[in-house]
Amino acid sequence: MKLFTTQHRRLGVLYLLLSLAAVAIGTLLSLVMRIHRVWPDTPLPIIGLLKPEDYLALVTMHGTLMIFFVLTIAPQIGFASLVLPEQIGARSMAFPRLNAAAFWIAVTALLVLLTAFFVPKGAPIGGWTSYPPLSAIPAAGPGEGAGMDFWLVSIGLFCLSSWLAAVNILATILGERRAGMTWSRLPMTVWAWLVTSILTLLAFAVLLAAIVLLISDRHFGSSFFVPAGDLINGRIVGRGDGSPLLWLHLFWFFGHPEVYIAVLPGMGLATSLFANFGRRRVRGYPVMAAMLIAIGFLGLIVWGHHMFVSGMNPYAGTAFALTTMAIAVPSTVEVLGWLTMLWGGGLRFPTPMLFALGFLSFFIAGGLTGPILAQPALDSYLHNTFFVVAHFHMVMAMAGTFSLFAGIYYWFPLMTGRLMNETLGKLHFWLSIIGAWGTFFPMHFSGLAGEPRHYDRLTGPATSFSGIIANERGITSAALFLAAAQLIFLWNIFRSARRGRPAPPNPWQATTLEWAPEPPTRRIERGPYEYEIAVNEMIFTPQWESASKQE
Amino acid sequence: MPAVLLEALCIAQSHLWMPPDASLHGLAVDRLMRWNLIAICICFLVAHVWLILAVVRKKQRLKVQDNRGPRRQLLAAGVIAALCAMYLWMAVTAQHLWAQNRYAGPSLEAMQVEVVGEQFQWYFRYPGSDATFGSTRPALVNAAEGNPLGLNPRDPRSADDIVSSVLVLPAGREVDLRLRSLDVIHGLFIPSMRLKENAVPGLVLHVHFTPTTPGTYPILCSQVCGLGHARMQAILSVVSPAEFEAWLAARERARAKESGPTEPTAP
Repeated sequence: MKLFTTQHRRLGVLYLLLSLAAVAIGTLLSLVMRIHRVWPDTPLPIIGLLKPEDYLALVTMHGTLMIFFVLTIAPQIGFASLVLPEQIGARSMAFPRLNAAAFWIAVTALLVLLTAFFVPKGAPIGGWTSYPPLSAIPAAGPGEGAGMDFWLVSIGLFCLSSWLAAVNILATILGERRAGMTWSRLPMTVWAWLVTSILTLLAFAVLLAAIVLLISDRHFGSSFFVPAGDLINGRIVGRGDGSPLLWLHLFWFFGHPEVYIAVLPGMGLATSLFANFGRRRVRGYPVMAAMLIAIGFLGLIVWGHHMFVSGMNPYAGTAFALTTMAIAVPSTVEVLGWLTMLWGGGLRFPTPMLFALGFLSFFIAGGLTGPILAQPALDSYLHNTFFVVAHFHMVMAMAGTFSLFAGIYYWFPLMTGRLMNETLGKLHFWLSIIGAWGTFFPMHFSGLAGEPRHYDRLTGPATSFSGIIANERGITSAALFLAAAQLIFLWNIFRSARRGRPAPPNPWQATTLEWAPEPPTRRIERGPYEYEIAVNEMIFTPQWESASKQE
Repeated sequence: MPAVLLEALCIAQSHLWMPPDASLHGLAVDRLMRWNLIAICICFLVAHVWLILAVVRKKQRLKVQDNRGPRRQLLAAGVIAALCAMYLWMAVTAQHLWAQNRYAGPSLEAMQVEVVGEQFQWYFRYPGSDATFGSTRPALVNAAEGNPLGLNPRDPRSADDIVSSVLVLPAGREVDLRLRSLDVIHGLFIPSMRLKENAVPGLVLHVHFTPTTPGTYPILCSQVCGLGHARMQAILSVVSPAEFEAWLAARERARAKESGPTEPTAP
């Protein structure tokens, strides 16, 4: 495959391959963490005995890789690059060269990030949120020197890349729609990308600003985030009188919308897949689209729920708790929309549909712990415990990843002209869903028991957490199982890409335009989900058919 | 059989549940947590039963008879309204508790203790007989010479300040913690007291609570603060008021002996 290309579908594949590389590394890191947590004194092959700072470096890099390079890239620009232009009847993205530039910036960002492992004292240890002063002062810990600089440069570049990608998506949706592709004829994925690209523009701009300020604190003598008299490692480092809380506000103003950037495209895709494999229309399409917008809008004003115990004014805690609780409403409407859509029987279950159902299961399970964590009174026990880890791995990581799998199995024919192997796909789904539930569900209980995040071992000077060791071992086994199941996926991808069954035109009998046999030449006159139910018969009208054609 | 089940439940409760509450406000927190978890468990189960039924249903209804439309819409609106009512109820009850715990300051009789986090140790300072914390300066911090918090020796108010590595509190008396950090952000987490608040450099934050049950409880750091984060733990020892008085008096005597010679003579 040509590497330097401005062709959007090829770039989509390249973006997905970039995410695949990141997710592979991120998963390996998490396995080392899981094994170390339950057998902290057992040397591991190759790496040897893990030091506490090594564990924290793994946590930081795992989170950074997964959130930025997997869950931001793949569902948004990865899939959008793959199918967005076709879905709206355009010939290409609005700015093909910008798309290529954004991709290569993202590749550079990934390489810069991984370099942090190999600099003296290794990768940063402050977690993916990089709270200062730990992240502002190199002396505050190993990895906070050169490693942290690499992290900052990498994420700075990543902001730029995402920003360019979002500009491109937005311009494509707003300006490149084919005649007749009205707002009510957009596939739900396009609505999702519209919202995420706006969120990206707003959120990543703020993150980039925060990163520039932090770099300035580290190298140019400013003191945005370091308070006066801050004493690190026996030396007073605070120059001016900055505020660590400022970083938290800037970071979470980005960090919360980021979650929706990761999961909204999955919501759009699930809607499309439920319609397709249920052969039914999307009831309440305008409501479903409006709820995506509502989630995106509310997502911008809830960042303070990450800060209930940060020292933020308790009144602000109340305000953020209420806006956060409000998000439950559009999310509930979406979930009820899907559940009613699925009712009625006669669903078909090819692999993409299975993964879309898996997405829904995790979205419900992870979503429901949201209202609990949105309550400051409960969060002041649960904050930064494994309950939170369980929550966001369910609702963002697993729901996100399952929607990615759904998309890859679904759109694979567009990438390679072949279908993925269904038997392996179904095996992959069942092993993954068992492994994922086994990994992340028990984490709720470790969290309720009070186990904090970022602990490299359970036993400490004042506590042993001996009661949760069995639980933790179970989690580790399930995580190994889950990771092993992904080998089936990798094998399936690489084998099907070369030897898979050639895909017939429109293999899923879909209605949206990416499956049109040739680019449409006339006005679009149909909605995105014109499926009908009939006995032993597929009745559906693709968007590329004209309105006058008899059904 | 029920006995076995009950036992299993107890084991599960002791380890995979919150540790027993030992604070006054914790009762309400636990009650809220329990009801919330039950509520979301029910929602979770209903949604998944629905999902599984939808998946296994073979028969597909043909499009014809759709006179149930309005009734369905009403049902859907009812479900949404019920769930919204649940969220509203969650928000209101939780805010009520949050307001109780955090809006108002401690009572005037609350005992004052300062909690200082530094990489990777918690220190607890009692104001001593003058009931006032002496001033501190970062430049004076020197743990090796016995001044981990940088108490100012020229300040007479700090001469009787007691610095402890164990948080000793009398049961039944409200305590007002004055939370600081010398270096990076730490998180004070006392699971049994249902209490968590960050210690942020540059800020002095206050949290208050009343320990009720004598015992020994772990204090953890809940905000990643560097390589020693997981070992940054301390002990909270809740004792009877009489034992507390005895402990405090002993520490005050020891403190007077040690700072006696260097103490500037008060006029």
